[in-house]
Amino acid sequence: MNQFAYSRATDVADAVRQIAADQGAKFIAGGTNLIDLMKENVERPTRLIDISRLPLHKIEETRDGGLRIGALVPNTDVAYFPDVEQRYPLLSSAILAGASAQLRNMASTGGNLLQRTRCLYFYDTATPCNKRAPGSGCGALTGHNRMHAILGASEACIATHPSDMCVALAALDATVVAVGGGGERRIAFADFHRLPGDAPERDTTLAPDEIITGIELPPQGFAENYTYLKIRDRLSYAFALVSVAVGLRLEREKIAQARIALGGVAHRPWRLPEAESLLAGKPATADNFARAADRLLRGARGFGHNDFKIGLAKRAIVRALGQAAGATPQSQSDKRIA
Amino acid sequence: MAPKSAAAQRTEKFPAPATIAVTLTVNGVAHKLALAPWTTLLDALREHLDLTGTKKGCDHGQCGACTVLLDGRRINSCLTLAVMKDGAQVTTIEGLADGPVLHALQRAFIEHDAFQCGYCTPGQICSAAGLIAEGRARTADDIRELMSGNICRCGAYPNILAAIEQVIANGGRAQR
Repeated sequence: MNQFAYSRATDVADAVRQIAADQGAKFIAGGTNLIDLMKENVERPTRLIDISRLPLHKIEETRDGGLRIGALVPNTDVAYFPDVEQRYPLLSSAILAGASAQLRNMASTGGNLLQRTRCLYFYDTATPCNKRAPGSGCGALTGHNRMHAILGASEACIATHPSDMCVALAALDATVVAVGGGGERRIAFADFHRLPGDAPERDTTLAPDEIITGIELPPQGFAENYTYLKIRDRLSYAFALVSVAVGLRLEREKIAQARIALGGVAHRPWRLPEAESLLAGKPATADNFARAADRLLRGARGFGHNDFKIGLAKRAIVRALGQAAGATPQSQSDKRIA
Repeated sequence: MAPKSAAAQRTEKFPAPATIAVTLTVNGVAHKLALAPWTTLLDALREHLDLTGTKKGCDHGQCGACTVLLDGRRINSCLTLAVMKDGAQVTTIEGLADGPVLHALQRAFIEHDAFQCGYCTPGQICSAAGLIAEGRARTADDIRELMSGNICRCGAYPNILAAIEQVIANGGRAQR
C-alpha cells in the first residue's frame, strides 16, 4: 500500500471542500473495496478523507411514504432493518446474497454503489486495462473473460459491476442523493452507473467533488411478489455470474407491473423498461416470461469464455419471474432454487 | 566521526512516517498507540500490541482468519485502518475466555474437533461469536451461509457447524 495523508471530515460540506482541494484524495467509509485495491496498488490515493463519522447513519421514512437510507448505514443494518425487511424484502435479499457477514457489517450503502469491478485484469497491474490505466488496452477482451459482460460492453472494456445491492436498487427505481460544490443533486438510479463506452475509467456519473449522502426508495416495494436469484460458482460468498432482481405487481392473475434488473452481465445493473412493459396486462406464464427475457437480452454478445451467460441469463430470468409470480422468493440460506 | 550504522542510513533513506495518536480498547484494556495511517487494525493488533492470536491469512478480506469483534460486531481487521477506529472496543480471540475458563465456543470447538491446523480457528470462533450476537441463525443452513466468510483450508466445516449449533442450542452459554 502506498503512503498517504489521512484526515477526517467534520461535516458533509467539509468533506466536499477537502475532496475538491486534493485531486488525488479519496473518501473512505467502510473501506472493504478501497483498502483491498490499495493493497493491490490499483488505487494509490494521496489522501484518505475519513467520512465514516459523518451523520449519515439513519434510515428514515420520506415525506412520500418511501424510505431514505443514509449513505453510511452498513449493508447489514439495511438488510435487517424491519421496514426494509417488510416493505422492500427484495433489497434485503440482494444484500444478504452478497459478500460475507463480516464485509456486510463494514461496507456502507454509499460505498456499495461505488465498488469497482472485480475484473482480474483491472486488479492485475501487470496487464493492460483501460479502466485502471486509460488507453492501455483491455486484457479481458481476448483473455479469460468468463465473468465478463454480455450486454452494453465496448471494445474498451467488458467489465461488470459486482454489486448485488445495486441490482435490487435498480429494480426498485431508487434515487441517489449526492452533495457537491454546487449543492444537493438527486440522480435516478438508472442514470447513476455508466456504460463503459470509450471512458471505462468512469464508473458513475458522480462528479469528482460529490459525496453520496443517501439513497431514497419510492413507496412501491413489491413486497408480495419479488425475488433475488443469484447464480454463481460457489453457493455463497462469490460474485454473480448472472443475477436477477424481480418485482411484480399482480392484479387478478395478471401482471400489472413488472421490474426486472440483471446483475453480473454489464457495466451497470441492466434494465430495459420495454422488456418489462411486454409483461404488463399479461398472465404470468413461462411463454410470456421467455418473451420478456428475449427482449431484455436483445443484442447480448459473448466474448468466448462467457458465451454461456446468454443462455444462463435467459433461464435465470424465466425462473426468477416464476419465483416472483408464485410468491416463492429465492431463499439466501437454503440454496435450492424454487 | 564514526560511520553511520546501517540502521541509521536506512532511517535516513526512509524517514519514519508521521504517526497519528490512536486509542484502542482491546479485550478491555485501553492502549494508546502512535500509528501510520496505513496500519491496518490487523497489523496494529499483531505488530504493535503483540496479540498474534488474530491471524493474517489472505490479507484481502477473502478468508476471514483476521475476524475480530469491533464494538461487538464481527469484521475483517485486515480491511480496516486502525486510525479510523480511534476510541473503539476490540475483542480478539485472546479476550473471549473468562480467565482460565474457556468461552463456550472454544470448548465446543475442542469437543467437536472443529479444526486441524488451527490457523483459521481464531477467526472462526470470533465470527461465530458475532453470529450468535446477531441472533439471525436459526437453522444449519443459516449457520453455513452466515459463516461463509470464514474459509477452512483443512475442511473442518462439518465439525465447525456442529460446534456452533451446540452453542446456539445451549442459548450461547457455556455447556458445562
